[in-house]
Amino acid sequence: MKYLDEYRDRKQAEACARMIAAVTTRPWSIMEICGGQTHAIVRYGIDELLPEKLTLLHGPGCPVCVTPVGILDRAFRIARRPGVVFTSFGDMLRVPGSSDDLLHVRAEGGDVRVVYSPLDAVAIAEREPDREVVFFAVGFETTAPANAMAVQLAAQKKLRNFSLLVAQVRVPPALEAILAEPGCRVQAFLAAGHVCTVMGTGEYQPLVDRHHVPVVVTGFEPLDLLQGVAMALRQLEDGRSEVEIQYARVVRPEGNPAARRAIEDVFEVTDRTWRGLGPIPHSGLGLNARYAAFDAEQRFPDAAPEALEDPACQAGLVLQGRLRPQECPAFGGRCTPEHPLGAPMVSSEGACAAYWLYRRRRAAQVA
Amino acid sequence: MAVELACPVPLPAGGRILLAHGGGGRLTRDLVERLFVPAFRNDALAALHDSAVLDVPASRLAFTTDSFVVRPVFFPGGDVGTLAVNGTVNDLAMSGARPLYLSLGFILEEGLAVDDLARVVASVQRAAREADVVVVAGDTKVVERGKGDGIYITSSGIGAVIAPRPVTPAAVRPGDVVIVSGPIGQHGVAVMAVRDGLKFSSPILSDCASVAAPVLALLEAGLDVHCLRDPTRGGVATVLNEIATQAGCGIAIHESAVPVGDDVAGACEVLGLDPLYVACEGRFLAFVAAADAEAALALLGARAETARAARIGTVRAEEPGLVTLKTMAGGERVLDLLSGEQLPRIC
Repeated sequence: MKYLDEYRDRKQAEACARMIAAVTTRPWSIMEICGGQTHAIVRYGIDELLPEKLTLLHGPGCPVCVTPVGILDRAFRIARRPGVVFTSFGDMLRVPGSSDDLLHVRAEGGDVRVVYSPLDAVAIAEREPDREVVFFAVGFETTAPANAMAVQLAAQKKLRNFSLLVAQVRVPPALEAILAEPGCRVQAFLAAGHVCTVMGTGEYQPLVDRHHVPVVVTGFEPLDLLQGVAMALRQLEDGRSEVEIQYARVVRPEGNPAARRAIEDVFEVTDRTWRGLGPIPHSGLGLNARYAAFDAEQRFPDAAPEALEDPACQAGLVLQGRLRPQECPAFGGRCTPEHPLGAPMVSSEGACAAYWLYRRRRAAQVA
Repeated sequence: MAVELACPVPLPAGGRILLAHGGGGRLTRDLVERLFVPAFRNDALAALHDSAVLDVPASRLAFTTDSFVVRPVFFPGGDVGTLAVNGTVNDLAMSGARPLYLSLGFILEEGLAVDDLARVVASVQRAAREADVVVVAGDTKVVERGKGDGIYITSSGIGAVIAPRPVTPAAVRPGDVVIVSGPIGQHGVAVMAVRDGLKFSSPILSDCASVAAPVLALLEAGLDVHCLRDPTRGGVATVLNEIATQAGCGIAIHESAVPVGDDVAGACEVLGLDPLYVACEGRFLAFVAAADAEAALALLGARAETARAARIGTVRAEEPGLVTLKTMAGGERVLDLLSGEQLPRIC
């Protein structure tokens, strides 16, 4: 298929891998930030094509995984309220809070609906004026523009029954937090192509200047990833640290100005807690004062105490690239996709899910 | 048995199904005599007795049952009626049997448009004719409005086994070649598109169809077919895992050999789905002895409905129970069971 097959071509992938092996002189650790990249790497076996000296560390870029338990529990409480239609992207439905997930809330009678766009949620609010429609606004800078547009549209239509439960996060502060961690092994980043499609590359220059770490904005197909690794590797071998764009067919340095304007109109930068990583200053977005009326947290005030994460879950270390999923003592034992302890085991971008799905060599299961 | 097909005489147009249509009285009789019997006219059904009495030309029978609860009832390329016939016909074919007879149980929701029911009955009639099976028994119940999704159909089927040896996972051997009969994932994507209001520039049609004819052709040609399975719920990946486990063998698949239409590949890419896990309703997987694989492919390739059949992998002795996938990019990974349905992803 056009625009896909050429980026998955086996001969080219092997040629690129040979080139990488030829220029690697010593051990390096490169972190791919986005969970979509992690899945492509594990799914297509990209890491197996690389020389042993090169280690790919899996980063925190899974929006589902970093959404804190507190907000999830809050989402479940809102979704259980009579008269509420709780709308969400599909892959939030299986994510465990402290004791539940949205699939169970739905089975118990909550009106939980999967939508493909926040604009669909606005349409439901228009169609069902007697119901309170809440959209779970989860994601990085990638989902922020559409979520902002949904709020703008709801405001334009003067809808009083639409709100967002916001758990929106920003990539650059998380990278800063990872680099500041003692014992950080990351020597270069493959930045998330789609985040940069929206935001451009300007936010990464200060990070590069401060930490002298190469950042290569990379796509999601096998050849994108191999080329991104090759570009980061050349910088490392040459002793350079720059922001480079591998995903040039989509990413412009200035990003997408219209999308950025929508974000700036509706959201403001806030501090946020990341599941597994803890509080990170300036790492989130929240609705600004002009759109506060669309904030589900204000519409459904709730003083329930914050629940605690299961201490057996090592998702925080996994999200920082400090622990491989299969090295976690709970992996495949206490924690499986059917009974997850943490979100990385069930998210379609979670590192634990990728290893469970694509790498687990089951011992003979045959009776 | 003589089969006379006639168009159903529609009940009063614009009417609605009432609880009384399932109550056993005059309205029930109207529904049966004016809609079902004319559509499926045959000797066994015409008797309107408590059970059908059948002539069976074989000593070994295949018998199966399945329930169909698709939402929406009508989707591009089919409806619950075509599914109810083809699903059961295909299950019979997967046991190496020639499908002969079907029974259909309809559960209707009060308020259903009679025209919609007539449309589904016409689809059943057409699908049964195409698959060369006879509907010999049926039942109708009506549930209160809000207690059903329009129409549910349970269909059971009987077929005459023509395969000389049992066609089962236990017959699969290392070295067997895995063949898929055509491009995968069309049904699942077609239903998801209408269910969730996704618009594609040209609609993706369900592949819903009987696979009995090509399967019978393989068996009648005397080819050494060890196992057959239709990849419905859970798609090709799920079926391969079931068979690997039941057969106690490993299965190695080449991703680039698996036929996927551009429309399905594109839709799956947008939605973050893997076509290997998306349901088909008119495809089958055949596990064929290596010596007969080329002949099987040639036979299927020469038939219009299986023209895109492809060899997608082989059975191996190593790693019993495990399905591995050689990826397009040259890596290798496990192709596992999913823990639940695939959910469209965030970004």
